[in-house]
Amino acid sequence: MDRVLRVLYGTLIAATLLYVTLPSLVVVVTAFSDKALLMFPPTGFSLKWFEKAWNYDDFRKGLVNGIIVTAWASCIALAIGTMAAFVIERFEFTGRRTLEAVLLSPLVIPHFTLGVAMLILASEINLSRTYTLVVACHVILVLPFVMRSVYVSLKNIDPALDRAAASLGASPLKVFLRIDLPLLAPGLAGGWLFAAILSFNEFTATLFVTGQRTQTLPVAMYTYVREYADPTMAALSSMLIAVTVLFLVAANRWLGLERILSIEAAR
Amino acid sequence: MQDRRPDYFAWFILPSVFLAVALTASLASLFQFSLREHIPGSLQVGGFTLGNFGRMGSWVYLRVFTDSLALSACTALANLLLGYPLAYALVRSKSSLLKSTILITTIVPMFTGDIVRTYSWLVVLGKNGFINGTLKAAGILDSPLELLYTPLGVTIALVQYSLPIMVIILAAAISHIDIAYEKAAASLGAGPLNVLWNVTLPLSMPGILSGTVTIFAWTLSAFATPQLVGGGKVNMISNMVYQLGFSNFDFPFAAVLSMVALALIFGVLGLMSLGMRRLERVGLH
Repeated sequence: MDRVLRVLYGTLIAATLLYVTLPSLVVVVTAFSDKALLMFPPTGFSLKWFEKAWNYDDFRKGLVNGIIVTAWASCIALAIGTMAAFVIERFEFTGRRTLEAVLLSPLVIPHFTLGVAMLILASEINLSRTYTLVVACHVILVLPFVMRSVYVSLKNIDPALDRAAASLGASPLKVFLRIDLPLLAPGLAGGWLFAAILSFNEFTATLFVTGQRTQTLPVAMYTYVREYADPTMAALSSMLIAVTVLFLVAANRWLGLERILSIEAAR
Repeated sequence: MQDRRPDYFAWFILPSVFLAVALTASLASLFQFSLREHIPGSLQVGGFTLGNFGRMGSWVYLRVFTDSLALSACTALANLLLGYPLAYALVRSKSSLLKSTILITTIVPMFTGDIVRTYSWLVVLGKNGFINGTLKAAGILDSPLELLYTPLGVTIALVQYSLPIMVIILAAAISHIDIAYEKAAASLGAGPLNVLWNVTLPLSMPGILSGTVTIFAWTLSAFATPQLVGGGKVNMISNMVYQLGFSNFDFPFAAVLSMVALALIFGVLGLMSLGMRRLERVGLH
């Protein structure tokens, strides 16, 4: 009885993992196909789709735009989010809870709602189709993730350290810069990385707020899928999947994904 | 908590206040637009009207909402059925290889982004895609299965999209259950299924509730999956909003639908926190 259950359970786990991974595997196989139509099983081998994806103009522009937007958005969100989370966590002031609720609300607001809302606001103040709009939208979307990682790190800092530094004559700003900031640094690095990945991949809100000139890589990929059915997208997707897997395996080895995602078993 | 504010307080708080104001202003202009008259063929809007909300009563739009709710409910349930065994193995397995395999394979789709993930499903579900191609080559099928552009296909892709979140929420809940309870039940003669049903499942109820509701709400705001896998034949709220905005330039009505979606999601999450509080009172935490 126990053995039967064990086998059934193992099969279920294996089947679920296959279901989750299957699409990525199939895309990687498709990318090496030599036919212009998506076909299964593939009949030949070629690398031409990788070459085409690499040289396709819209993907290149999208990649550059994406990196520009991600770099600005993740750094601005890191700075604003760190300061806001620090002040909200450490000090009492009027509207503290409201401010926190508004800043964290993008976690539950649908991205299309936020996209439409930002687009309407931007068109009313003549900012539509600008990088400013795209960056602002991304900052608002990733800020909650930065703030969360700051909160988690702040919980591990003993406030007595601050008081000790202050009693020795350090000004409040100096206490923050010399005591809290260095202790927060590992958490901030994690928060920034998370923000950057989310911003780089963000598609829904970005589709609403970008124009031809400002479109990021995911938007360029979406446009391509709507127009062409050849395996160029499969080649580009394979490259992105490979980068993601390498990155996650490294993150798991050095940082421990379980800890980052806070599902460490209670012992 | 300190009460005395340092001299840098204003500098630290102002940028985030500015962002909060921008976010609130964008939602306010969304609301303002929902009350404006749509002028066909123009991006300009007319005077104030309540007519846009009246259009919500039309069957076309109600249908989009019922479809979205049904798809989200199916996705949430399928997530629970597939996610629980996975989360349990993730927490309780003694093999660290199995643990990292589960963690990485489950999490990768979450980090590859909407478009890569959704495109992959087009390749799997398409007429000449992986499933149909394999079944045909194996001689099982003569005519291809209709998977793309059907609710079934959209659900299959939506479940994969949200499974990582479900597994994370459930694993967090299961890891808070002391394994001693399960061992005690087993030592008193309960079989593994009995332990699962009478001990582990009831103790993971908060995780099950918050996981299911979170996935339900999260799926209601899905866009890329129904847009590409649904291909215009299976529409969720987001797809209707996009179509209204960018094909018809009817932003006032797009604003109405966006706001109703937002209210729906807030309502669902509000009910969930009420439910969680009740669970806590009963003492099942």
